Amino acid sequence: MYRYDEFDARFVRERVAQFRDQVARRLNGSLSEDEFRPLRLKNGVYLQLHAYMLRIAIPYGTLSSRQLRQLALIGEKYDRGYGHFTTRTNMQFNWPRLRDVPDILDLLADVEMHCIQTSGNCIRNVTADHFAGIAADEIEDPRPTAELIRQWSSLHPEFDYLPRKFKIAVTGSAQDRAVTKAHDIGLRILRNAKGEIGYEVMVGGGLGRTPMIAKTIRHFLPKADLLTYLEAILRVYNLEGRRDNKYKARVKILVHEIGAETFASLVEEEFAKLDGPSIAADPEEVARIAAYFAPPPYEKLPARAPKFEAAKAKNRGFATWASVNLFPHKVPGYAAATISLKKIGEAPGDVTSEQMRVLADLAEKYSFDELRITHAQNVVLPYLKQDDLFDVWQALVAADLASANVGLITDMIACPGLDYCSLATARSIPIAQAVAERFADQQRQIDIGELNIKISGCINACGHHHVGHIGILGLEKSGKESYQITLGGDATLNAAIGERLGPGLDAEDVPDAIESIVAVYLKHRAPSEPFIETVRRIGLEPFKAIVQEKLHAPA
Amino acid sequence: MPLLDRNGAKDNAWIVSEDGTSDAEKIIVSFAHVKEALAGNGRGRRIGVIIANTVKLAELTPYLSEIDLIAIRFPAYGDGRGFSIAKQLRNAGYQGILRASGPLIADQFAYALACGFDEIDLPDAQAARQPFEQWIKAASSISQTYQRGFGTQNILDARRAARATGK
Repeated sequence: MYRYDEFDARFVRERVAQFRDQVARRLNGSLSEDEFRPLRLKNGVYLQLHAYMLRIAIPYGTLSSRQLRQLALIGEKYDRGYGHFTTRTNMQFNWPRLRDVPDILDLLADVEMHCIQTSGNCIRNVTADHFAGIAADEIEDPRPTAELIRQWSSLHPEFDYLPRKFKIAVTGSAQDRAVTKAHDIGLRILRNAKGEIGYEVMVGGGLGRTPMIAKTIRHFLPKADLLTYLEAILRVYNLEGRRDNKYKARVKILVHEIGAETFASLVEEEFAKLDGPSIAADPEEVARIAAYFAPPPYEKLPARAPKFEAAKAKNRGFATWASVNLFPHKVPGYAAATISLKKIGEAPGDVTSEQMRVLADLAEKYSFDELRITHAQNVVLPYLKQDDLFDVWQALVAADLASANVGLITDMIACPGLDYCSLATARSIPIAQAVAERFADQQRQIDIGELNIKISGCINACGHHHVGHIGILGLEKSGKESYQITLGGDATLNAAIGERLGPGLDAEDVPDAIESIVAVYLKHRAPSEPFIETVRRIGLEPFKAIVQEKLHAPA
Repeated sequence: MPLLDRNGAKDNAWIVSEDGTSDAEKIIVSFAHVKEALAGNGRGRRIGVIIANTVKLAELTPYLSEIDLIAIRFPAYGDGRGFSIAKQLRNAGYQGILRASGPLIADQFAYALACGFDEIDLPDAQAARQPFEQWIKAASSISQTYQRGFGTQNILDARRAARATGK
């Protein structure tokens, strides 16, 4: 994985000193609260419902054991012994004190981490496929691209006061595991007819109160033009994006209002004026970054791992976990394991400091010292030998981290909701917990198969409900929490926004409604047809009666 | 209003005369009056223009070779359009003075300079609350950043130089 050189290290240290100085100038009155606000946000410091919240960047979700141990320490020393992984693969601490933040930033700098631009109207943490470097269908590892963009977007002089936040995701595979079409810019690495590598550039995706699927504005951008083209896109957005209404300020609204074609022509016009070679990173720099993501020193192993097969035959719990939580590895004899942070009854994405240390130890011992955080709020050990899997699983069981539900109905995404967030209009975590408890039975989950439920506690949609196979949106209706259910959303390359089933339901009716939706699916599904396919085939009609029944049922 | 550049406080030799009726040697006129001010400029005095951050580069292009100063309004520190306009003007080869006019904060000084501004024209209250020493200090708080083409110091070129000398 990427390591800081002397320049990166100095940059991050200077940034910490700069924030200390900004805090001091706020305290002596030089900066007004209003002026200080964007400065603290761009260092990841939010003012939340109960306290400050600190959001730490985990670029493209990649972490070393040493970094995760440092997060465990920060969680213990400055929070309440746990942290929370977000849908943008960052880590949030919900209880730090403002005066401790500069010290926390120093602790992060010690392990080559920061909070730069994890909030504010600027380019945010760049995300990528969590199976980068592992997936067999990969054309090129997206992480060197993401790292190049991370550096380029850090403290960009021109693009730090954009109309609104700006999120970029990169995928290197045909399968989109990075939800690229729901980002302000989605980049897909591909190969053209001549065999050259470049990017499909998609712009204007996003969730929030106006969900939009990104439109392709360039089908093939040569690799060398990346930063120049990004500069052109951001310049057009900075100049033309709306600033009269916060809710219409994202680039998706601009693209929608002027049309993708007009937007593309403005970008191309600006791009044509730019002197590429004076902006782009030179090939040596691109190669320098890429070298950090070279494959680890894999052993040559047979495709079949006898110890692994034997353990599965002997232990049913392990066999279940292995069949649900493993992802096929492109290297024979290896596997990637997704560690679910969705234990029934827990808040999705929460992890204790103790668990962080267990994961760090496992990564160090078995996975070339590396972990990945997924946008689905889980953790991946990317480079496991299949013959080590049983040992890994036993350690996970001991740490309460062995839930075998990755991709299943209880592997929900949920935002922090009204329990933590000052924007929320309803609770999300308790809804997730109630639904998870209803479907706790392991075999039943497996019988239902792949099904993503995503829950947001307000229309800002941090829980990605629009692209959930089943989406749940918590709103406030005349002083009461009310939950709208959507169906048919999809976060992959077939990205789709879910459609509403009907009016909102009371919190206590949500688990029943989900149960009924699943029953309709099971009744109609063709053999081995996943939930989303059945919904696409039969449409929403058969499901709509469920909401009507719930609304009219006698209390 | 107080004026500063990368060296600190600066005397303001320019008179704002929106309709161009002032007799001063260096005047800044509004965008609406720039055409007539330039046309009637028989005696070679210096003409500048102050523009809103919604004016497009193409609207300015016909006058660039004759205008000695362009002041770009920042209606609020959070409105970053002026940074892009300045960068576009420099990309288009504009070599006159670029002035940012409005309630910027000290932490934006480095950005303004990197995008091609020469000076900042601050409201009095802002300058009183944020003395110029803070601006000078803030301008150098990050010694090198990652973007090429924004000022002289950048990490990518520094790495390239280090590679060239074999370090």
